[in-house]
Amino acid sequence: MTAAILPPHLNEPRWVRCILLLLALGFLGLFLLLPLATVFVEAFKKGWVLYLASITEPDARSAIRLTLIVAAISLPLNLLFGVAMAWAVTKFQFRGKQVLITLIDLPFSVSPVVAGLIFVLLFGSQGWFGPWLQAHDLKIVYAVPGVILATLFVTFPFIARELIPLMQAQGSDEEQAALTLGASGWQIFRRVTLPNIKWGLVYGAILSNARAMGEFGAVSVVSGQVRGLTNTMTLHVEILYNEYQFSAAFAVASLLALLALATLAIKRLVEWRSAGLARQDAVPTTTAPQACKAGATATA
Amino acid sequence: MVTASLQQTAAFTRRRPRRHGAGILPGFGLSLGYSVLYLCLLVLIPLAALPIKSADLGWSGFWAAVTAPRVLASYQLTFGASLIAALVNLVFGALAAWVLVRYTFPGKRVLDALVDLPFALPTAVAGIALTALYSRNGWLGSLLEQGLGLKVAFTPKGIVVALIFIGIPFVVRTVQPVLEDLEREIEEAAASLGAHRWQVIRRVLLPAILPALLTGFALAFARAVGEYGSVVFIAGNMPMVSEITPLLIISKLEQYDYAGAAAIATVMLAMSFVLLLAINLLQAWQARGREGRA
Repeated sequence: MTAAILPPHLNEPRWVRCILLLLALGFLGLFLLLPLATVFVEAFKKGWVLYLASITEPDARSAIRLTLIVAAISLPLNLLFGVAMAWAVTKFQFRGKQVLITLIDLPFSVSPVVAGLIFVLLFGSQGWFGPWLQAHDLKIVYAVPGVILATLFVTFPFIARELIPLMQAQGSDEEQAALTLGASGWQIFRRVTLPNIKWGLVYGAILSNARAMGEFGAVSVVSGQVRGLTNTMTLHVEILYNEYQFSAAFAVASLLALLALATLAIKRLVEWRSAGLARQDAVPTTTAPQACKAGATATA
Repeated sequence: MVTASLQQTAAFTRRRPRRHGAGILPGFGLSLGYSVLYLCLLVLIPLAALPIKSADLGWSGFWAAVTAPRVLASYQLTFGASLIAALVNLVFGALAAWVLVRYTFPGKRVLDALVDLPFALPTAVAGIALTALYSRNGWLGSLLEQGLGLKVAFTPKGIVVALIFIGIPFVVRTVQPVLEDLEREIEEAAASLGAHRWQVIRRVLLPAILPALLTGFALAFARAVGEYGSVVFIAGNMPMVSEITPLLIISKLEQYDYAGAAAIATVMLAMSFVLLLAINLLQAWQARGREGRA
């Protein structure tokens, strides 16, 4: 069962290994695999016909469309911010840098509900800009722009957080060499930096995209949940579930679960790829995103 | 460019040891300016709305709003359930990391990849799946209720279950790389000096992974405190019994009590800052430990 070939003094007794393995697998099976399996079992409980009907009805289709729109808007903005932030923080020294780096961790520790609430306080009818927005017949909260703002708040750190350690480890020697050879700033970025960070970018982008498509708490506060208009997929799942349309809720949920599985698969692929590249170039493994190390040893 | 050269002069006059050549590359003003502007517009100004809006209540009103019995009960539940869930994840996360690094078994790579599932799976999906699993008609719920007379869904126990799920990756993913980096030679040396396996684990391995363990624990706890999506479905949401703090903010909002919602959110924001600080300190400790070993 446990094929680690080690001298006995460096390994636990066989029965201990078996128990530890069973405990760990039991825990992961119970809390990780079983919920995942439940999504698909419940989705197909009433058969294919109902499953297909649930994901193609007009409300579901408009929810899918809105989720895709929100993701399509937040991804480029997050990419731009991530690259700008990482460039500023890793290529230059300045005062307050640590504060700036800490700030981008904020959305990870702030509750998504709080993230939604702040935009209601700003743009809601009682909010600071509420009267002005009403006078100009604009709507942000309980409309699509609010959903996008809340999604941006919870997803902006992902790409920056992948790029900063990566670019820090790579240093700026190559960029400086390019500069002395007369390259312009844009050329340096496009020809030197971008090829070096491309896997980190892909990695951050898929994580940020998964969160953008799957965000629930922040979005549910600002969306107002108007069916067919401001409902994202996760909100659509909630409405169906609360209306006791369990199979339909799980059918839409299974699409989101597939998205999550695809995200994990691409993530693993990128980890192997960048770990492989890192070995090829004989760059220390620390230059790969942190989690890549798991991938590196898994392939080894 | 001017800012960049000013920056250089400033750094030079302060005589701080600078990394070689940092500061001669172009784009400092543009990249920093854009990042700071973006952060201000999207994060700082909106977050400032919280304390300012809750100031509408006045100090005594604020205090009354954040210490009402129903609010206090929700803090107790949120922090208590988060603490239990983070402790469970501390023990089983360390165990899972150990098993994933040291042992081989069929399906290990797939399982290793799936550990990140709670990051990738939308919380609402996790919430309804766990509720279906643990409710009276669910696979586990029916077993637990008939076998042990235990009700999990729609009680505080259900909240703990949901928080365990969303916290799984944190401890595993912080401990795993540290375990992989550990050199077998240290264990070899300890064993050759006559240490039993258990002594090696307790005296050599455990101290080495302790900073990572605590970091993972703090991350899982911080995430659990703010969690909403996976909890609301399974919690039952009864005031005083199974109502978490984020939900209380939403119910204040639904009653158009904006200042009250902002007051509770301000308390949660302050907690986030404290946890963020603790996590940063732990990570600095962990980084020092790694340098020391290298």
